[in-house]
Formats: sequence, C-alpha cells, structure tokens
Amino acid sequence: MRAWVFGDDIDTDAIAPGRYLKFDIGQVARHCLETIDPGFSSSVRKGDVVVGGRNFGTGSSREQAPEALKHLGIAALIAESFAGLFYRNAINLGLPAVVCPQAKRIRPGDDVHVDPASGRLENRTTGEELDCEPIPEFLMQLIRDGGLVAHLEKRLRTTS
Amino acid sequence: MVVITDHYLPEYDDESRKILRIARDWVREAGIDNFYDAQGICHVVLPERGHLRPGMFAVGGDSHSPTGGAFAAYMFGIGATEMLGVLVTGEIWLKVPHTIAMDFDGAFARGVSAKDVMLFLIGRFGLDGGQYQAVEYRGPAIRALPMQERMTLCNMTAELGGQTGLIASDDVTRDYLKADIEIWDSDADAGTLAHHRFNAGELPPQVAAPHSPANTRPVTDFQQKIDLAYIGACTGAKLEDLRMAALVLKGRKAKTKLVVAPASLRDQQAAEREGTLQVLLDAGAELLANSCGMCAGYGQHQLGENTVAISTTARNFKGRMGAASAQVYLASPYTVAASAVAGRIADPREMLR
Repeated sequence: MRAWVFGDDIDTDAIAPGRYLKFDIGQVARHCLETIDPGFSSSVRKGDVVVGGRNFGTGSSREQAPEALKHLGIAALIAESFAGLFYRNAINLGLPAVVCPQAKRIRPGDDVHVDPASGRLENRTTGEELDCEPIPEFLMQLIRDGGLVAHLEKRLRTTS
Repeated sequence: MVVITDHYLPEYDDESRKILRIARDWVREAGIDNFYDAQGICHVVLPERGHLRPGMFAVGGDSHSPTGGAFAAYMFGIGATEMLGVLVTGEIWLKVPHTIAMDFDGAFARGVSAKDVMLFLIGRFGLDGGQYQAVEYRGPAIRALPMQERMTLCNMTAELGGQTGLIASDDVTRDYLKADIEIWDSDADAGTLAHHRFNAGELPPQVAAPHSPANTRPVTDFQQKIDLAYIGACTGAKLEDLRMAALVLKGRKAKTKLVVAPASLRDQQAAEREGTLQVLLDAGAELLANSCGMCAGYGQHQLGENTVAISTTARNFKGRMGAASAQVYLASPYTVAASAVAGRIADPREMLR
C-alpha cells in the first residue's frame, strides 16, 4: 500500500473544494488535494494510503472530503490526529482513519500496511513497526459493514 | 427537526437549482413543519425562530453548528450520512467531552469583538487547540457580550477544533429567546482539562493572514493593500456584526469594493428599520442575498485570480472563496469596515474615536 504523505492541518477545502461540490463525487475527486499536489488525483492508485500530520481534515462537515478519497481508491487514512468531524465522516463512509502518533516517520511512496482493529502498522520499505491507536470495536463493526448506512440497514433488518 | 436552506442560494445554475429542488421536494414528502427556505444561514435562523433552548442536545449538518452552544445547548456538526443515522435512530455516539475553560476578566476595549477573541485563541492554540472537547467561554467580559457576539465565539469554536463551544445561559439568553428558560451553568467545582485566563482589556483587534485562521497577529502588524472587503456569513454578518461595521462606516465611503451579505432576512430587515443598512449602502456597499454567499465558494460570487480580500468569515483556507491565488485575510466587522475605508488593512480603533 503506497503512501501519499501530507502535512499538518490539511483542510477540507483542499480535499474537496467547495466550488465542485454541486457535481458528482467523480468530479469532486478529480480536484482532491490539487492545491497541494496537482498530480495526486491522476496518479493515486486503488489501495494506496494517505498519511497526514496533525489535525487531518480540519474544517467543513462536507462528507465529500473522505468520500473523494474513498472514490480515488484510498484504502486507509493514517494521521497523527484527525479533525473530529472529518474522522466521524470517514468512519461513517467505511473508510478507516487510523491515529498514528508517529505518522511523520512515514515517507512518500513507502509501502505501508495497517490493521485498524489492532493498531499495528508495518512499514515494509523501512522494516519499521509503528504503534497506532486501535479503532474501537463498535466503529470497526461499522467499517466492516461498509459504513453507517449499510450498518443501519443490517441492524434494522435484524430488529424488525 | 428543522430544515434550512442556505448554501446554494440564490440558485444560479442547473446544479444549484437541482440541489434546492431535491431539498424542497423532500421537505414536502417527509412532512417537515419547520422549514425555512431562503430565510438566512441556518446557525442564525435556528435560534432566531426559537428552536434552541438551554440544556438541549442537538446536531446540525454543518461544521459551524457549535454556534448553538451560545444558548447553553450541547450542539455540534455532523456529516450527511451521520445525519441520516440520527433521523432514522434518534441516536448518536460521542465521547463524553472534557471542558476547556476560556476565562476573560475585565472588559473588551472599544473596537474589539468576539471575532478578535476567536482569531486570538485560534492563533494561540492552533486549529486543533480545542482537541474536539467542549470549550466553555466564561468570565465577566463574556457575560457582558450580547447574544449574537456569544454566537460568534461558539461558531468559531469549529476553527479552534472543539466539538462545541458553550456559554452558560442567563438573562441575555432569556431576553434573546423571549422565553422562560432554564439556567445551565458549570458547577463551581467542575473539573477542566485546561483553564486559561485572559485580561479582556489587553486584547487588540486581530487579523488572520492567508491561508489559515491560525495565522493570526494584531491588526497593527499589517499594512496590506486590499481589493475587496466582505461582510458576510454566520460568523460575521449578523445584526450585531452589521452594527459594528456601521459604527465605522457612518459618514465614510469605502475606497475598495465592499460586499455585504446579511446572515438572515430578519437581521437584514432589523438593520433596515434602525438605519444600519442605510449606513452600509451609503458607504458604497453592494448587497448580496441572505445566504452562505462567498464564504464557502459554493455560489456564483467567487474571488478572482490574485484578489486580495479582507473578510468577516471564519476560514481563509487556500482556494476556499474562489481562485487558489486569492489572498484572504480574516478580521472583525470593525476591522473589515475600517479596511474598506482605508483601502488597506486598518485599525478600526482610530476610526471609532
């Protein structure tokens, strides 16, 4: 899983610019992070991971921010910390957001494998193992079900 | 449940018309009674129409939903999918927050507003200074603020990175809501994660330089020439904000383009009745609709290439209000008005003497 590395306070205006939000997610995704790395959306491949510094996803409640990253095939987000609202949105869409206090040790292009449930992260490029915060089980269930909508459909089917 | 349209107004193309049509059709189908269409920005309209009460636990589909905390309601923003979950189940999860107390002794100086307080705090503690906890604003200087100034504090708790901002309810809250309300206040012995004390009187007007609300310094550090001054958004175009701008603009003319988008229709009407709006228009202001307007770059009015703007809005992230080459400075309504008059970033205190 190839790592794309970004800095601190990456905001939702950079991840999903407001002027494209009226279009479908494919169009939003084409402009994802373009003010920081113009080549990102055209070069990113399915299964890649995005690595951020502190407070990744600061700003808006717009769900298109994690949705655009998911649409581009990003398998997981790893950051020193996430903005709370962005974190909720990512999990609700079934996209794992893993808090890794040592995220800054990951370099662009590193081959990174993360297990969100246990919090184990392996950097196969450097051979380094980093400790991350495990995603709580009740949120892991939501991710495994494919997001909040699928999770609720399942839950409501079982209870009715 | 309350539904309010604000982001895609006024409709100006097929996409925005479609988005509004979906909202209006759904409101009809679902039989929503509390629907405010083109009445202003949700964070201002919600309390204005009496839907908030101290002690409520509420969520809103926009990041500036902590604004509701000014009414001692625990209110925070969530995304669209999570809102669907709330509508279906009536439930939501959260970690029980710690309280971060921001205590302001004394009184704010003339020309200093809630916006300056928040730019200062965000500059001091960073965009994640609130740690997604509850930030409580306290002290005599906060108590002395009118309701809409309190709303600005809680509103920009989003940029401070708190889950919500809170202010204890009191007579000011009661008078604004024109209702019998409960008094909700922190216990005297309640624990805090952090307790910061400030002398309100020492705070000068603040300006956040591009491209972050945390990039803040006192107004006196700036000489920047500007092309456009914008008074808009839930953060900076409520009736109290328009009044602040009018105090500076009375008898003066804007040297730059000056654009005003009052945050709600009622606030605009009140500003019209009391003469505040006329002061702004006489100064050369161009009036936009009561909506999110230029703030989030959703609409037809966007900043062009290399435009330098000063704005009462909450965020100046790169490209947010239009072109990525645009430079946006954030400041209070006083400072934005003074800057419009001077044609460069200016200290409003000199024009308020």
